[in-house]
Amino acid sequence: MEILTNKEANATVVTIIGRLDAVTAPEYEKALNELIASEEACFIVDFDKLDYISSAGLRVLLATAKKLKGKAGQIRFANVKGTVKEVFDISGFGSIFQMDDSVAAALSKLS
Amino acid sequence: MKSDKLECTATVENLTLVTEFVEERADRFGLEAKKKFGALIAVEEAFVNICSHAYPEVVGAVELSCGADGAVFVLEVADMGSPFDVLSLPDPDTTLDIMEREIGGLGVHFIRKLSDSVSYRRENGRNILRMEFMRAEGGLL
Repeated sequence: MEILTNKEANATVVTIIGRLDAVTAPEYEKALNELIASEEACFIVDFDKLDYISSAGLRVLLATAKKLKGKAGQIRFANVKGTVKEVFDISGFGSIFQMDDSVAAALSKLS
Repeated sequence: MKSDKLECTATVENLTLVTEFVEERADRFGLEAKKKFGALIAVEEAFVNICSHAYPEVVGAVELSCGADGAVFVLEVADMGSPFDVLSLPDPDTTLDIMEREIGGLGVHFIRKLSDSVSYRRENGRNILRMEFMRAEGGLL
C-alpha cells in the first residue's frame, strides 16, 4: 500500500493505493494519527486506487474517524466503488461514513 | 478431492504468502473475480484470527488447503490451538452509528457473508474452518 497526502485549502486529501489489509492497516492508522496530532482536522480519503479492503482496514478507518469526531474534526470518503464498496455495504459501514463520488464533491461538502 | 497445501507460521507478516497462495489456486480453478475477492477476504479474516488468538503463548502453525469439489472451490484453514469454533461468535450489530460501533467483530461476519457455505470441525487436535465458494456468479459478492 502507498499513502499520498495533499494539502488543499480546507482539508488534507489522503489517497490510499493498493491494499488496506491486516498488514498495511497500521500504516494508515499511523499516517492519520500523525496528521491529527499536527492539528489537521479535516480529511478527504480518496479510495479511487484502493483495490482491496478487509475488516482490519475498516477497523482503522473507524478508529481514526472516531478519533476525529472526538476532536470535532471531519472526514469524508471519496470514490468508494466496486468490490471495496460492497465490503463497506456488507459491514454496514457504507451508511456510517460520509461518502462522495469525487474528491471535488467531498471538498465542496466540508462545512 | 485433490488439494494443494501451504503451511506457515501464524504471524500476520505471512498474510501476503497466504493470499498469493489462495489467489493462484482460485485463478487456476477459474473462480469468478468477485467470488475470488470474497475468498481472499474470508481467508484473510480466518488467518488473522488464528494469528491473534490461536496461540497465546507460542508461535504456532497454520495449514491452508485449496481444492476443487466439482464446481465448488474449497478452502480449509487449520490450526493446532485449543478447540475454538470461530462460527460460535455472534455477528456485530451493523446498524449502529459511528460512535457506537465496536472496533472489531467483523471478521467472522465477512467469513459468513462472503462464502457460499462455511463449517467448523475439530479433527485430530486441529480446528478446521471449511469455506466453500461456487464457481458461478451468485451469493452476496
